[in-house]
Amino acid sequence: MESLSNKKKVLEQKPLSFMERMYLPAIAKGMGITISHLFKKEATVRYPEVEREFSANFRGMHSLKRDENGKERCTACGLCALSCPAEAITMIAAERKPEEKDLYREEKYAATYEINMLRCIFCGLCEEACPKEAIYLDGPIVPADYLRKDFIYGKDKLVEAPLGMKK
Amino acid sequence: MDIAFIIEKFILVAVIFGISLVIAMYSTYAERKVAAYLQDRLGPDRAGPFGILQPLADGVKMFMKEEIIPTTSNKWLFIVGPGLALLCACIGTAVIPWGSPMVIGDKVVPLQVSDINVGVLYIFGVVSLGVYGVMIGGWASNNKYSLLSAIRAASQNISYEIAMGLSIIALLLMTNTLSLKTIVEQQHGWHWNVLYQPLGFLIFMVCSFAETNRAPFDLPECETELIGGYHTEYSSMKLGFYLFAEYINMFVSSAVMATLYFGGYNYPGMDYMATLLGPTWAPLFGTAILFAKIFFFIFFFMWVRWTIPRFRYDQLMNLGWKGLIPLAIANIIITGVVIAIIEKF
Repeated sequence: MESLSNKKKVLEQKPLSFMERMYLPAIAKGMGITISHLFKKEATVRYPEVEREFSANFRGMHSLKRDENGKERCTACGLCALSCPAEAITMIAAERKPEEKDLYREEKYAATYEINMLRCIFCGLCEEACPKEAIYLDGPIVPADYLRKDFIYGKDKLVEAPLGMKK
Repeated sequence: MDIAFIIEKFILVAVIFGISLVIAMYSTYAERKVAAYLQDRLGPDRAGPFGILQPLADGVKMFMKEEIIPTTSNKWLFIVGPGLALLCACIGTAVIPWGSPMVIGDKVVPLQVSDINVGVLYIFGVVSLGVYGVMIGGWASNNKYSLLSAIRAASQNISYEIAMGLSIIALLLMTNTLSLKTIVEQQHGWHWNVLYQPLGFLIFMVCSFAETNRAPFDLPECETELIGGYHTEYSSMKLGFYLFAEYINMFVSSAVMATLYFGGYNYPGMDYMATLLGPTWAPLFGTAILFAKIFFFIFFFMWVRWTIPRFRYDQLMNLGWKGLIPLAIANIIITGVVIAIIEKF
């Protein structure tokens, strides 16, 4: 049948010539190709020691941000949890006590804030939904672990280090 | 048969045995490294610097793993199989001359376990016995894949042994001896047999690839068709024995190739080195040269493995029966004619 796309290639099945049937020229050529790869640079990145550079818009582990005075920005509004298509985020809100004024920026804060890293698809919608610029997916790759329960990250892992302790 | 003789031979045997085991161990590491570098990767590099402890880790793993003997297998033969494979692989080293006789004090120590006058035949016998390990293991597993693989191994080895033997006959026409020691001594300096028998060497090398079940002739263990081949049912150190046997076979056939065709421990300028180093150390230098050749061939085995795709079974048989055997016979005739002409004039 006539080919409409004009992309069809008709391959000829010729019997092998004598040189081809000897295999040796082709083998020598192949060996030359493989040995040339011995001197090429390896593509491997030795991961835990060396990390591949990420692009600027890479989305990794979440971090809960602090403001310029070191207070937690999150007000537990729940928009991130609502926007999350994978339902990976849960939180419990609490009211700030007067003596905690230095810890939280506003009167309401997240007493617990949990992200299930097995559910999370790293889409970044939480970061877009957040009105307080409190959550960003700017961390490293979430590491592997043995138990499912260990993938539920609480505030201890998510909240940024206090200002003084920043690396 | 004095006691010193026995001790001397015992030490030699122990050293050769140890060396072949260590080389087999590190061949697994080298194989992975060569494969990696030929594919622009790094290979194992976690256990120790550059991963050089990897073979030890693998050995420990092999010993610690659960050992499973299938209930429907023939238990005795199932156990004998890997042992036989390893045994046949190891005893091939006995007749290979590792170096010229070494003078220690007033004693002359030959660096060869035994110089039997039918050394080449012995090597052939051992090599053809090697297939029994594979066959017995494959048959005793009582598994269709293992059995198919064992049949493949047997027919492949038999087919290629003929071509191998014929390629050797051309060599023997030239050397007039079956003793490996004499063959090596005839290649003194740079008179390597490969210069006189290039076609014979090529045939011999292709056949030794087939004999050791290495790629591109690794049909007995091709994963895509036969799962693990003859060692499908094997686990733990029994599997380890089979893998070890393969690498020792590779070492032995590299040694045989180096001995028969590449001058063994001979190298250009060896007379000068002999006067320079003295009768004790010069033979050891020759041994080092021999091992360099062996390592090159082992590398060559790996290089080929990571270059050439596996033959199909009919292609393998075509190549063996219709390609290599006529070629080997032609080689014999040419060699015979040339020798006759040289002797006439």
